[in-house]
Amino acid sequence: MLAEATRDPDAMSGARGSEDRAGTAAVALGLKLLSFGPILILALLVLAISLLTPNFLKPVNIGNILAQTAVIAIVAMGQQLVILTRGIDLSVGANLALATVIGGLVFRVSDSAFLVVLAMLATGTLVGFINGAVYVFGRLPHPFIITLATLSICRGLALELSINHTTMRGMPDGVNYLGETSSLGVPNSFFVVFGVALLVLVMMKSMVWGRWTYAVGGNPKAAVEMGIPVKWVLVSTYAFAGLCAGIGAVVLSGRTGASSPLYGNLLELDTIAAVIIGGASFLGGRGHLGHALVGALMIGVIRNALNLLNVDVFYQMIAIGLIIVLAVEADVLRNYLEGRARANQARAQ
Amino acid sequence: MSAAPVLSVRDGHKRFGAVHALKGVSLDAYRGEVLALLGDNGAGKSTLVRCISGVHALDEGEIRLDGDVASLSTPALARSAGIETVYQDLALFDNLTPAQNFYCGRELAFPAWLPRGLRFLRAREMDREAASVIDRLKVRLPRFDAPVALMSGGQRQAIAVARATVFARKVVILDEPTAALGVRESRKVLDLVRQLRDEGNAVILITHNMEQVIDLADRAVVLRQGRKVGELKPDRANQQELVSMIVGAEV
Repeated sequence: MLAEATRDPDAMSGARGSEDRAGTAAVALGLKLLSFGPILILALLVLAISLLTPNFLKPVNIGNILAQTAVIAIVAMGQQLVILTRGIDLSVGANLALATVIGGLVFRVSDSAFLVVLAMLATGTLVGFINGAVYVFGRLPHPFIITLATLSICRGLALELSINHTTMRGMPDGVNYLGETSSLGVPNSFFVVFGVALLVLVMMKSMVWGRWTYAVGGNPKAAVEMGIPVKWVLVSTYAFAGLCAGIGAVVLSGRTGASSPLYGNLLELDTIAAVIIGGASFLGGRGHLGHALVGALMIGVIRNALNLLNVDVFYQMIAIGLIIVLAVEADVLRNYLEGRARANQARAQ
Repeated sequence: MSAAPVLSVRDGHKRFGAVHALKGVSLDAYRGEVLALLGDNGAGKSTLVRCISGVHALDEGEIRLDGDVASLSTPALARSAGIETVYQDLALFDNLTPAQNFYCGRELAFPAWLPRGLRFLRAREMDREAASVIDRLKVRLPRFDAPVALMSGGQRQAIAVARATVFARKVVILDEPTAALGVRESRKVLDLVRQLRDEGNAVILITHNMEQVIDLADRAVVLRQGRKVGELKPDRANQQELVSMIVGAEV
């Protein structure tokens, strides 16, 4: 139960009972509201949209949203971990495209779903590992540069390797099953999201590795001083983000029954947006699984709703942009309120 | 005080590019003793401390623990050798709770056959242990399950020192532990320092506060421009001499 509170600084209530000042309570309330902000906004969105268009809440459409959100959600969970350590991974979209192409090429020689999936996951993980290794051992100032470079390299490689430089039809049945089919009325891709989420949850909450990622994000210098193998924590984080891109590749090529060097275009921005509007902090060390999932769902819901309402795709982009600004400002406000909480604490001594 | 030093630095040199930060420094620390490490800014105190705590490695010279040459090439090695450091910036993780801060980098986890990073946390055990230490040291915290970001300067300092008390077995280094604190909070932290000493640690204290030195230190070593320029037992009578050594003026 203590572990819960870590991720949730906002759970700190006014603290010292009778000594409470009105200000302390207000600050605590503000922090509490901010921590629930994204979920609240999502709920309001769903409510508003379902009033505007009755089709929105139909089971078929909900299944659509889940299927369309699956790829963003899976890749965003990897992005979330990278952002937790104060980094960013711009290569996830191109990495995903390359992974589908490699999978597609494997499918040319073998129709084993196992081999195709393995190829995609390995490609994703390898690219992620290279990101992390070059960033850490090449002593780069920021992962922005290397992941920008691998974005370009992966996209180029995917185009070069794919037959006729374009979409290749065909995927093994097993892959199609994961991406396209539904079980019990729920898209199978949703179960993949669920599985990845469970894995990430265990890694972040229950494993030493997860604690270390929080430590590295919270105070990188102290993490070194406390003897945490910071370099390997970072490399493994990027490798895991790559693995998530590989899993996303499996789901996407399963859904479309194809592989393409053009897949995952701007997915890096979608996933970063999802993590941030979900409520994680860009300042490092703050964030949990829920942020990535809520953010991904928010993006999925907005896209779906604006489609149902026949609103131009440009407005979707503008809407998501505006929500990002809102989310970043909320992060700034949260920091300000925490500063106030600290000052109140010192006064109460 | 035992006869043999628990920690001794022999002829330590450290260079950062063209800067010769330590020029052959030797120093002994004994169990049950507070050793004040004094010097002006840039005298090499922090560099020396960072070499002992494994952040930097000495270019020349050696560090001995209980008489044996110790390899302290990483902070983790220094800590497992029994050397705890409370850094000036506290090295706390604002996003973690006190208990998580206590055990950060040496989490209690299982199973032992897995690599450290892949083990599973014994969260409840760590919470319980940390809580009992906080209790024993009479550190008052508003809440034990809130991240330290929401705590005051004194509380944070107390957490950092308390963390060192849990794990220290030989040497505790404190870098300006009261620099940012008020009088009352300082006194609490200094009480913790005494307790560390009484538990049989060698305490190395870096401070600019001469009152604290005279009050607390059994011995003082003065560094200037990377060299040891003096060592004496500080008291009221030689306070002026001590200050002169630090700034490098005639007595």
